[in-house]
Amino acid sequence: MKDFFKPRRIVMIALALAVVVLCAIKLNWTWLPDYLDRVPLAIWRTVWLTVVTMILGMLLAIPLGLAQAVGPAYLAIPARIYCSIIRGTPLLLQLWLLYYGLGSVFAQFPEIRESFMWPILRQAWPYAVLALTLSVAGYEGEVMRGAFKGVPGGQLEAARAMGMPRFTIFRRIWLPQALHRVLPTIGGETVLQMKSTPLVATITVVDIYSLSKRVTQDTFVVYEPLLLLAVVYMIMAGLIVLLFRWFESRIPSRTA
Amino acid sequence: MLSPLSAASAFELLAWSPPGWGATLVYGLWNTIIIALGAYALGLLIGVAGAFGKLYGGPVTKDLLAVYTTLVRAVPELVLLLLITFAAKDAINAVLSSYGYAPIDFSGVVAGIVVLGVVQGAYSTEVLRGAILSVPAGQIEAGRAMGMSPVKIAQRITLPLMTSAAVPGLANLWLTCTKDTALLAVIGFLELTKQTSLAAGTTKSFLTFYLAAGALYLILSLVSGVLFGRIETWARRGQRNVEGGGI
Amino acid sequence: MKKIALVAAMALTFGSAALAEPLKIGIAAEPYPPFASPDAAGNWVGWEVDFINAVCAAGEMECVVTPVAWEGIIPSLTGGQIDAIMASMSITEERSKTIAFSDKYYNTPTVIVATKGAGMTADPAGMAGKIIGVQVSTVHEAYAQKHFTEAAEIKTYQTTDEGFQDLAAGRIDASQADSIAIDAFMATDAGKACCEVVGEVADDEAVLGLGVGVGLRQGEDELKAKFNAAIAKVIADGTYDSLSKPYFASSIYGG
Repeated sequence: MKDFFKPRRIVMIALALAVVVLCAIKLNWTWLPDYLDRVPLAIWRTVWLTVVTMILGMLLAIPLGLAQAVGPAYLAIPARIYCSIIRGTPLLLQLWLLYYGLGSVFAQFPEIRESFMWPILRQAWPYAVLALTLSVAGYEGEVMRGAFKGVPGGQLEAARAMGMPRFTIFRRIWLPQALHRVLPTIGGETVLQMKSTPLVATITVVDIYSLSKRVTQDTFVVYEPLLLLAVVYMIMAGLIVLLFRWFESRIPSRTA
Repeated sequence: MLSPLSAASAFELLAWSPPGWGATLVYGLWNTIIIALGAYALGLLIGVAGAFGKLYGGPVTKDLLAVYTTLVRAVPELVLLLLITFAAKDAINAVLSSYGYAPIDFSGVVAGIVVLGVVQGAYSTEVLRGAILSVPAGQIEAGRAMGMSPVKIAQRITLPLMTSAAVPGLANLWLTCTKDTALLAVIGFLELTKQTSLAAGTTKSFLTFYLAAGALYLILSLVSGVLFGRIETWARRGQRNVEGGGI
Repeated sequence: MKKIALVAAMALTFGSAALAEPLKIGIAAEPYPPFASPDAAGNWVGWEVDFINAVCAAGEMECVVTPVAWEGIIPSLTGGQIDAIMASMSITEERSKTIAFSDKYYNTPTVIVATKGAGMTADPAGMAGKIIGVQVSTVHEAYAQKHFTEAAEIKTYQTTDEGFQDLAAGRIDASQADSIAIDAFMATDAGKACCEVVGEVADDEAVLGLGVGVGLRQGEDELKAKFNAAIAKVIADGTYDSLSKPYFASSIYGG
């Protein structure tokens, strides 16, 4: 820790703090009190979207990765096609396709409004969750494919030789080791996922980015909300990185 | 959108000449490709400078570059896009007007390229830094022992050898670049996603146009995948055969 | 190699520099029929585009129609990327703090369209418990936030069309917008099938404004006078009526 605070670093940190103080004094923050009460809910929405879609997406990614790593062709090829499509098209387009594309189907078939699914289909956040989850699954499916392939084959053979049932091997050896291998990558992908959440503002889900745009539209102040928004995202990214470092420290691993 | 009749009308809507929107969609795709190419090239330039700076630069350079890459990777591209688009234009114009010049208007293409290029630069720095680290140290030491200048070493030894390690990461970055151009739709720039949303909004055939745009992006990705596969094969010439990566 | 790159960069920057002669008239880069929407060839057509051409001809100004994202259109004006806004922007007090306006060039009522048979009326009581859609950054959003926010839930969309799309899909119960935009929607099959117009909202001049005018940077009085003169000329010599005929049954100039 002491190494970190070399003289040049102290100078840089002091400069950065000076810039922050200058911004706090000279820029226009008069709008802040009016909107402060909406901030916690908006941040919660961003956090909630990131966490839920990462978890659901990973749940979907594990079978996708497994299918591509060892699956029979009739499972591996569709999984491959799915991952290619998701990774080959922009998330914004996927979001709009799901929300407005399906919306136009609803317009054509008014009978859907009578069904029990309607209260959910009506709102915007299910589509955001769906699109983000499918996106995570597409990207992480590729990552998990590499992870499953990378677990040393000897371990799996030894377990099989011991007579372990296939699912137990998967549960006790293959999956945990695969996850441990890619934990740093998943941490990075979680940060990327958090950075994709602003796009849901275009389908009327109110997250912290949408709130900052609302400030700009109401008050015509352009930079200050964006700067504050950038700071909020930086803090959240930092927290995610710290969280994943803690995860990694919990699992004992030998480094050469 | 699901009845047979509408399949025929979907083809009408996507036809090349008006009243079909096919030509405008392809024009949007063309814009996408131009911006992606420009941003990617700019990102590579920044990446090479950044990677060398992080590895061989002085302590202050290393710290500043670390701040740059961390900032860019922690803040969403959309927010960075808006900040750079407005702030950079205003800052440059403020500087110019204080010197008495008229404010410059940046065309959307230039602004998009600069913004995405800066973002790509941060990611390229990391990819290239990892690739340079993979060059065997002995070769660089031998070059130094022969009295080669740092520029000569970079040109003759480092860059050729690191290319094969860098290509997979750079291929991913290219795909990210082409998809990030979709974010420019949010600031109204007429690339493929915005063009699609305009067409869909005007004709109300949302499903048709979004699927068409998805197909165009997919074709772009597949072609890029094939192209980068070729580039990787070329970069790995002379090395043992290893499994390449698809998209 | 470095020199070439430097020269290329400078050429790009300065090559795209505005030579400051043609006026850049900003319109919203989102379709807003019948005022401005793109056709299949990518040109923008509509009443407002015709009006812009007429005003520029009358004022002897060289104009370039420049689509800009609606949300960023005012910062684009104040930042100098465009010189005027003619995007059906209403003249309001709030906006007048940041930009200046010319005289109005049309004024149409604000109307609510709702799902057929929902029994809604255009006031807070009739909106209770419903979901209303409005376009971001418009007087309609401001009005809904001010008057309907206790009674109803408000959803904001990037474009009016997306709001109408969700109305047709049944995701929202009502939409508040300009009566002409709503008429254009009601003329479509989707509009006729799903919805009905429930009436005008109670007027609130402070929020809804005094009609639509040309947005200009503050302090540019000469340009403002030019536009006012050109608008007056277009109205006086009958061009206004003749270009409105293909689009509207009666004059939209309003009171």
